[in-house]
Amino acid sequence: MPYKSQAVAKYYFVAAIALFVGQILFGLVMGLQYVMGDFLFPEIPFNVARMVHTNLLIVWLLFGFMGASYYLVPEEAETELYSPMLALGLFWIFLIAGALTILGYLLVPYATLAEITMNDLLPTMGREFLEQPTITKIGIVIVALGFLFNIGMTVLKGKKTVVSLVLLMGLTGLAVFFLFSFYNPTNLVLDKYFWWWVVHLWVEGVWELILGAILAFVLIKVTGVDREIIEKWLYIIIAMTLITGIIGTGHHYYWIGTPDYWSWWGSIFSALEPIPFFLMVVYAFTMVYKRRREHPNKAATLWALGTAVMAFLGAGVWGFLHTLAPVNYYTHGTQLTAAHGHMAFYGAYVMIVLTMISYAMPIIRGRAAANSERSQLWEMWSFWLMTVSMVFITLFLTAAGVLQTWLQRYTDAPLDFMTTQSKIEIFYWLREGAGAVFLIGLIVYIASFFVGSKDEERTVS
Amino acid sequence: MSEVFTKIMARNIFYGGSLFFFLLFLGLTFDTVQSSHKRDHRENITEKVALGKKVWEDNNCIGCHTLLGEGAYFAPELGNVYKRFGNSTAAIMAFIKTRPKEGIPGRRSMPQFNLSDEELEAVAEFLKWTSEIDTNNWPPNIKG
Repeated sequence: MPYKSQAVAKYYFVAAIALFVGQILFGLVMGLQYVMGDFLFPEIPFNVARMVHTNLLIVWLLFGFMGASYYLVPEEAETELYSPMLALGLFWIFLIAGALTILGYLLVPYATLAEITMNDLLPTMGREFLEQPTITKIGIVIVALGFLFNIGMTVLKGKKTVVSLVLLMGLTGLAVFFLFSFYNPTNLVLDKYFWWWVVHLWVEGVWELILGAILAFVLIKVTGVDREIIEKWLYIIIAMTLITGIIGTGHHYYWIGTPDYWSWWGSIFSALEPIPFFLMVVYAFTMVYKRRREHPNKAATLWALGTAVMAFLGAGVWGFLHTLAPVNYYTHGTQLTAAHGHMAFYGAYVMIVLTMISYAMPIIRGRAAANSERSQLWEMWSFWLMTVSMVFITLFLTAAGVLQTWLQRYTDAPLDFMTTQSKIEIFYWLREGAGAVFLIGLIVYIASFFVGSKDEERTVS
Repeated sequence: MSEVFTKIMARNIFYGGSLFFFLLFLGLTFDTVQSSHKRDHRENITEKVALGKKVWEDNNCIGCHTLLGEGAYFAPELGNVYKRFGNSTAAIMAFIKTRPKEGIPGRRSMPQFNLSDEELEAVAEFLKWTSEIDTNNWPPNIKG
């Protein structure tokens, strides 16, 4: 590890993985509730399990992004982190605030949580993914500001590379667009319109800059390809991301009471959103093919290539499936959306965080460059178990979504919601099975940190 | 990529393209905010409707239901529930009020939220107002 202060990333990575486990456990609870409606009712109703599942995802990805930044930026800037103490302090604040929020969801009714956190002073709660009490949201802003200050000062006092600049732009965008979570007008149409400024402009906008920067960093390290070439690709990819993705927000504005010109703007631009993901696949494979060195961390390279492929499939292909307005008219708000959401989040954001952890953790833990052969073998098994089971989760939800669309929306004698649900139950069972395999993959992943940790480091022969 | 296409050119496309399309997005947003009163009938947002939205949020209804297709996919769409329940706020209130505390064995069930009569009426009025938004004719049928 070139700089001592990079070690602070370890805290963030460990917390990220721990919360990841919680996310998956609650995912399995929800999956079971889809087929056994009274499971854990009324103690943990579906909406609570879902809040925990999605909020844990967001929080652990944020831990992952922050950990990745604390590792990446000093190395790129060729200087120690501005303040490791601040990074550590913010870590504990964020972890405790996050844990308290999750406990709040689980221990008291949501309306009570809203009351005791004085939501009425500035009502922001009760909107999808933004369920956190207002006070937690304020905490997130403070942590984000402290984090940006720390990272920004590090870049300022050191070398300014394209990778760290793009990362910094992505992180700044993340903080700026989160501010729209505080805007909650009484008019539902405007509420929904600006809600997407957080949700869409995050995951189909600025987060892709973060993804691009981390991927570029890891590719530079594991392939040894000239930085100039990788940075050029990075610029092209993020240019296409924002050129298509900003107006692409319009694909959420078809049916929520906004003007109908959004059908055109949204359909055309969001149909182009797969382009940057396709470029990312070509780029990742080309860089690995043209590698100038054999890096001993094969697992990290696998994660990097996997990220590009799965992000393209999940965000690109599965997003395109239902993005055109005439198609979306029938599929909007069905299990197809859930299918796309699962694979896109896993492929783009879960995998990029795991890529960075895979690259950085062995070095933080004192290896020269990579884990032992045995440890990497376990890690690569976990890669395949999680990735393949996520493909199946997506396929089963897609089948459920297509049937749901047909039965409930398209036929001459449409069925009502609950009747339709009972007819597609088999796919929910299959999805739950695939989810269980995903959990096994996650257990294998965690085991890979302990298996073979005393073995000799893998080297290139 | 050859030297004909340089990193500086790529960088300029990124900055120029992003800025251009963000400004275009701001322009479209301005127009949307200006003109959507024709579609959302905001003049009908009474104090009761506003309270209804608050009740909706305070009880995390979006955690199971969709509203205009957005939310969770565990329970029925509610953007048109007013129409599905025969244009009746009373029917909506009665449904919410009669949910069994302990649920229904083996089935999905809406929790009992113990809303006051005022809150019940407000959330029903909110759903009535929502059903009157011009959504380009979505959902395709009354089933939601």
